[in-house]
Amino acid sequence: MARMKFICDSERCIECNGCVTACKAEHDVPWGVNRRRVVTLNDGVPGEKSISVACMHCSDAPCMAVCPVDCFYRTDEGVVLHDKDVCIGCGYCSYACPFGAPQFPTNGTFGLRGKMDKCTFCAGGPEANGSQAEFEKYGRNRLAEGKLPACAEMCSTKALLGGDGDIVADIFRTRVLTRNKGSEIWGWGTAYGKPSQGGTAPAQPKTETSKS
Amino acid sequence: MNRAAVFLASALVLGACTEKPQGVTTRKVDEKPWENASAAYAAPGFKAGDKGAWESQMRSRNQAQNEYNRTATR
Repeated sequence: MARMKFICDSERCIECNGCVTACKAEHDVPWGVNRRRVVTLNDGVPGEKSISVACMHCSDAPCMAVCPVDCFYRTDEGVVLHDKDVCIGCGYCSYACPFGAPQFPTNGTFGLRGKMDKCTFCAGGPEANGSQAEFEKYGRNRLAEGKLPACAEMCSTKALLGGDGDIVADIFRTRVLTRNKGSEIWGWGTAYGKPSQGGTAPAQPKTETSKS
Repeated sequence: MNRAAVFLASALVLGACTEKPQGVTTRKVDEKPWENASAAYAAPGFKAGDKGAWESQMRSRNQAQNEYNRTATR
């Protein structure tokens, strides 16, 4: 099985924040932590693009590399998780992450940072699957229930795809080839191979005529 | 005599300043998703079992995000 990955199709994202709400509700996320956020570029300008961002579950995670107490681990499916009992709340992973995924609750007194919290790909943590302890610390373990992340399954436009990386990439590829748009963002040549190497040539985006 | 008393007193006082054992220092080992799965909230039709069953469940559930399975593509 391939690594678990997210892809957010910015052509379809309508900034409804359904993914954000689904995540918060599903995992009872602490106050001040946004495991998933929607980022909008050129907000308010025609042609604005939105993308839903959470932990990218990097193959070579910088958070894991810098943690002084080695509380991070990666599952066989490529999901990057951590043990809150080992976490000392230093915040170094938050500095290291280029996506701002590791976050800290704001309900601490005197600026107490507390334990790091981040997107778990709905895979819980190192407690027993489905246990109350796991829910209280990490949120629901949907992977153990045979489901996929709540954010991706709840997406109203199917912009946010989450699951097996091969399947998710295949779904996105089908979309791009069908609508002839959207390949330019994700590095088509890197993902699917340049035509000289046998890959499919990227679809050329249609020029948009202004409607006045 | 005085020196011995001072030495004994300081030994008793400093003996209380030992370093306390640290808390948890090694992370717990995580279970695989198909092990000990919660039956209460399992997806309909999914029974936790071996790795193969879980992987095929993941693959079939993933296709629910592909609406081209339900609509005709151009």
